[in-house]
Amino acid sequence: MDASVTANSVGIATPQVAKFSAPITLKSGAVIDDYELVYETYGTLNRDRSNAVLVCHALNASHHVAGFYADDPKDVGWWDNMIGPGKPVDTSRFFVIGVNNLGGCHGSTGPKSINPRTGKPWGAAFPVVTVEDWVATQARLADQLGIRQFAAVMGGSLGAMQSLAWTISYPERLRHALVIACAPNLSAQNIAFNEVARQAIITDPDFHGGDYYAHGTTPKRGLRVARMVGHITYLSDDEMASKFGRQLKYGKLSYSFDTEFEIESYLRHQGNKFSEYFDANTYLRITKVLDYFDPAFEHGGNLARALAPATAGFLVVSFTTDWRFSPERSREIVKALLDNRCNVTYAEIDAPHGHDAFLLDDARYHRLVKAYFDRIGTEAAA
Amino acid sequence: MNGTVAQRPDFAAIAGWVRMGSSVLDLGCGDGSLLRYLQDSRRVTGYGMEIDDDSILACVKNGVNVIQGDLERGLSGFEDRSFDYVVLSQTLQAMKNSERVMKEMLRVGREGIVTFPNFGYWKNRLQIAAGHMPVSDNLPYQWFDTPNVHLCTIADFERFCRERSIRIVERKVLTRGRTVGWWPNLLGALAVYHFGNGG
Repeated sequence: MDASVTANSVGIATPQVAKFSAPITLKSGAVIDDYELVYETYGTLNRDRSNAVLVCHALNASHHVAGFYADDPKDVGWWDNMIGPGKPVDTSRFFVIGVNNLGGCHGSTGPKSINPRTGKPWGAAFPVVTVEDWVATQARLADQLGIRQFAAVMGGSLGAMQSLAWTISYPERLRHALVIACAPNLSAQNIAFNEVARQAIITDPDFHGGDYYAHGTTPKRGLRVARMVGHITYLSDDEMASKFGRQLKYGKLSYSFDTEFEIESYLRHQGNKFSEYFDANTYLRITKVLDYFDPAFEHGGNLARALAPATAGFLVVSFTTDWRFSPERSREIVKALLDNRCNVTYAEIDAPHGHDAFLLDDARYHRLVKAYFDRIGTEAAA
Repeated sequence: MNGTVAQRPDFAAIAGWVRMGSSVLDLGCGDGSLLRYLQDSRRVTGYGMEIDDDSILACVKNGVNVIQGDLERGLSGFEDRSFDYVVLSQTLQAMKNSERVMKEMLRVGREGIVTFPNFGYWKNRLQIAAGHMPVSDNLPYQWFDTPNVHLCTIADFERFCRERSIRIVERKVLTRGRTVGWWPNLLGALAVYHFGNGG
């Protein structure tokens, strides 16, 4: 196997399943009687159960945060550069948990699961979930694992929204929150991109109103376009220019609608790959999760008031070329935390990669996260 | 600004003025050593502001809250009177807009504390008299690489405050760590001021 994969890796990851039989009432009012969450853990929970770190995933990721699978060593966790022995989140010191959220399509109960009431896949009937619902189910998972308080809850993008929501919903259950490449809510432009993605899926003839499982189809064309649109927002203009520019795939124009520019080829490849494994109903719901997130809404738009319950220490990180969730959006969060006199450190990383930078191995960014976790580790030991 | 308490005599002067348990914003906080010192000695709730990546990292290692941002762009992320003290330690002379930063300090803080190298110090005067830009412990740069664009003397700073109705609460003038009593503008290498609104 590639040495770069095995070096400082948590090694073979083993997904586990947690079953919940107490019904949960979602923010929408819908009730799910019982459900399962798939999760992975790395490292060892210490005796006083104080070294647990919850990693929340963003739009398309899963519980597979670090390590690789015995039967598929190429399937490396999505944040493997961040989590492992000696890495910024050091698994020789911390017990790290990755969980696939409710409504997901990587094994947790979601639209493609069987609805026990009907004996058929949930499909269109699966409720629209929210960040707060996810956080509530994650808290139940923590209960099952016997974790009263996390050393930290962390995430990037939509994952960061979950860490932020944790500090509001369960302030006493975490000591630190890492809020990376986040926004306190979506802008009209963000929602607009999501709506384009949804329309692409919903208008695909193979969608069948969301009950495509029964028809033996999947709205791949819609998913493909949805992913292409999303992907554009993850990269910066500069990054696209330097990676692809106006390069032509075959060196000359073909005066047709085939793939001509490298960027087209890249987007199509990303779209194709994604449409092979991701569930369209899950994608629709996750875009709604993003659109609905707005903790300030119930407080007259006052984010500081929304964050008043927070007692955690915060590390807020943004990336200069992220135009999806720009540094200005992170500064709104920082200001609200300052207004509440929360312990907060804010770093603006000068990285060229746009929103995706939070997933990449940037030395300054990783050094900072490492230093922050070293501090968390020292406190826990104190 | 970086350094240990031993290397930074102005730290002790500042700590002497800061009330126990108060809130402090340290502008251009460097590695956070002043805030660390104030957290330990005065139990303050503190935040630093810094532009430099390495300093941000150093602050995290030092266990100090820090916000990355450019002082020159003002303090728009901070509410009026949200801190007991706003500190600007050995940075005033390197600001492009020194006047605006003083104004911002007194908007965000109830009181301000500023330290700067006294350009009127006799050793500086002597070097100029000898025909050279001064270079010393407090002014450790050559003319071509200095970040200092707004150097002033103690007399200049006090006139500046008088003309803008800035009330000087306390002043401490230091040379090599020792308090200077006589002829501060001639014998003092470093000036430390505690000021507020209304002259």
